[in-house]
Amino acid sequence: MPMPEWLNRRRGKNDDRDAAQWSKCPNCGEMLYRRDLAANLYVCSRCGYHFRMGAYDRISTIVDGDFTEIGAEVRSSDPLLWSDRKSYPAKLAGDRERSGLSEGIVCGFGEIGGYEAALGVMDFHFRGGTMGTVVGERVTLLLEEARRRRLPCVLFTASGGARMEEGMFALMQLAKTTAAVTRFMGDGNLLFTVLTDPTTGGVSASFAFQADVVIAEPGAMIGFAGRRVIEQTIRQRLPDRFQTAEFLLEKGHIDMVVERRHIKDILARLLEYAAKGAQRLQEASR
Amino acid sequence: MNPFAEREKALLELERRIGELRAATADQPTDMSSEIAALESRYQEILRDVYGRPTAWQRVHIARHPDRPTALEYITALDRFDELHGDRYYRDDQAVVGGLGLLRGRAIMAIGQQRGRDTKENLRRNFGMVAPEGYRKVRRLALLASRFGVPIVTFIDTKGADPGISSEEHAQSEAIAQSLVAFTNARVPIVAAVVGEGGSGGALALGIADRVIMLENSTYSVASPEGCAAILWADASKAEEAAEHLKLTAQDLMRYGIIDEVVPEPLGGANRDPNAVVARVLERVDAALTALERLTPSELLTARYEKYRRMGAWGERAPAVGG
Repeated sequence: MPMPEWLNRRRGKNDDRDAAQWSKCPNCGEMLYRRDLAANLYVCSRCGYHFRMGAYDRISTIVDGDFTEIGAEVRSSDPLLWSDRKSYPAKLAGDRERSGLSEGIVCGFGEIGGYEAALGVMDFHFRGGTMGTVVGERVTLLLEEARRRRLPCVLFTASGGARMEEGMFALMQLAKTTAAVTRFMGDGNLLFTVLTDPTTGGVSASFAFQADVVIAEPGAMIGFAGRRVIEQTIRQRLPDRFQTAEFLLEKGHIDMVVERRHIKDILARLLEYAAKGAQRLQEASR
Repeated sequence: MNPFAEREKALLELERRIGELRAATADQPTDMSSEIAALESRYQEILRDVYGRPTAWQRVHIARHPDRPTALEYITALDRFDELHGDRYYRDDQAVVGGLGLLRGRAIMAIGQQRGRDTKENLRRNFGMVAPEGYRKVRRLALLASRFGVPIVTFIDTKGADPGISSEEHAQSEAIAQSLVAFTNARVPIVAAVVGEGGSGGALALGIADRVIMLENSTYSVASPEGCAAILWADASKAEEAAEHLKLTAQDLMRYGIIDEVVPEPLGGANRDPNAVVARVLERVDAALTALERLTPSELLTARYEKYRRMGAWGERAPAVGG
């Protein structure tokens, strides 16, 4: 896939180093050449295991061409002056350096299969994709702008839940994003979520499951309580399939499980149905 | 474990002795009043010493005190209450109690998380940890409140949402997410009172409100101290450390603008005078409802949106503390 110019600009210095590396598949143990792995959308060529994907890599596989980022100027603060083993600002600085990201989500606008849409992509590599005030603010800005422009919105989730180091400010982001989702959807705009590994806690208990259509990647771990918490509560080991995308599909919690290489096509189809429906409504109300 | 257990024993012992002396002097001509006064001053001294400036961790224990009034104490103190049951899908979760009632003549929908007051009730109430069926009941009652046109009053007291196998199988995330939507959309005033522990999304599912009031020793946090310690350091036993970090006291949250009012408790906690605390909370709920009565439904929804829209501190110039 040709690398769009904005992506080149965005990619951190770590990328050249990574290109020479091998990655071991956590599922089957296969050694995968990093460049081949990237070309295969970070899916193991042997067993189909879906690696956790960086936000900009993901965006490049979903949008047709240009992507206009919004909310990038929104930066973290340290509202509780948190410091445990490390200070919170030091943790943030470390994650910025390692991930090349300014925070746990990238938001903006682009076309998907010819349909313009709002797109937000969370990245587990930044503080475990946890939602603090910046993630909450960026999601809210995205939904508010999409509502103004009457565009559908797609959110890719990857999150360990609310960010502990921001305390109640983090919990309040569930309320804030819910308010934004509710206004956005209340005006008849469609919200689609794609749940990737892992989607838990506060993100799972807010916009992930407030969407009109909920898609998940194969093998993604999705739930409210983390596996360790449940195992400690019930004092027994959980079956391996518990809380996987496939398990949730069987239980009726999500609409579909879609392999990474087909996700763009599915989104484009949903956007097409939405566009056709909107057109019909417009004609019918004339 | 409980930092107060030993000191409370001493207080109870003093209380008993004061009571005995009082009973004795009532029947006899001997003047014991100076001894009683001495004991009482000793008693007050210990009270101030133990409870005067509690740490966050001590407040967690006051909030969890077995004799602290639970949601049902508030609900049964209403002028009238008619409980409504069930989620209409699967079962009636006893960890949450809700229904229509009258508060000083005003019709309300009251909903509260209910922990048990003894072991037997705790098992039936699942320690106040609500399952998806419970959150679906909450959502149903919130929608019903709008149908009736009556305000919603919630009493928050939970360590967190139930973390069990069946809760995950029944889509705990979706149940909480949709409860958040129902409260966000409710066209009636909402007043939330954090009367015990407010733990994470499981508490917030009853917590989106136009006015949030909190008892002086209640706690409200992104995760329970044990949960936070497990998440950050994979060690739930570091809960005390987490409690100090989380800024979970009413005083902190008032300073941050996350809650709207702190309701004082007697020295030592609500457990020392439950009836007075219940009356005081209901009085403050009533006052909040009176103030909200003036807003039209669309004004309410706009004000609620703007309130939560502002929640969060970010950016270089974000206020660090005291925003």
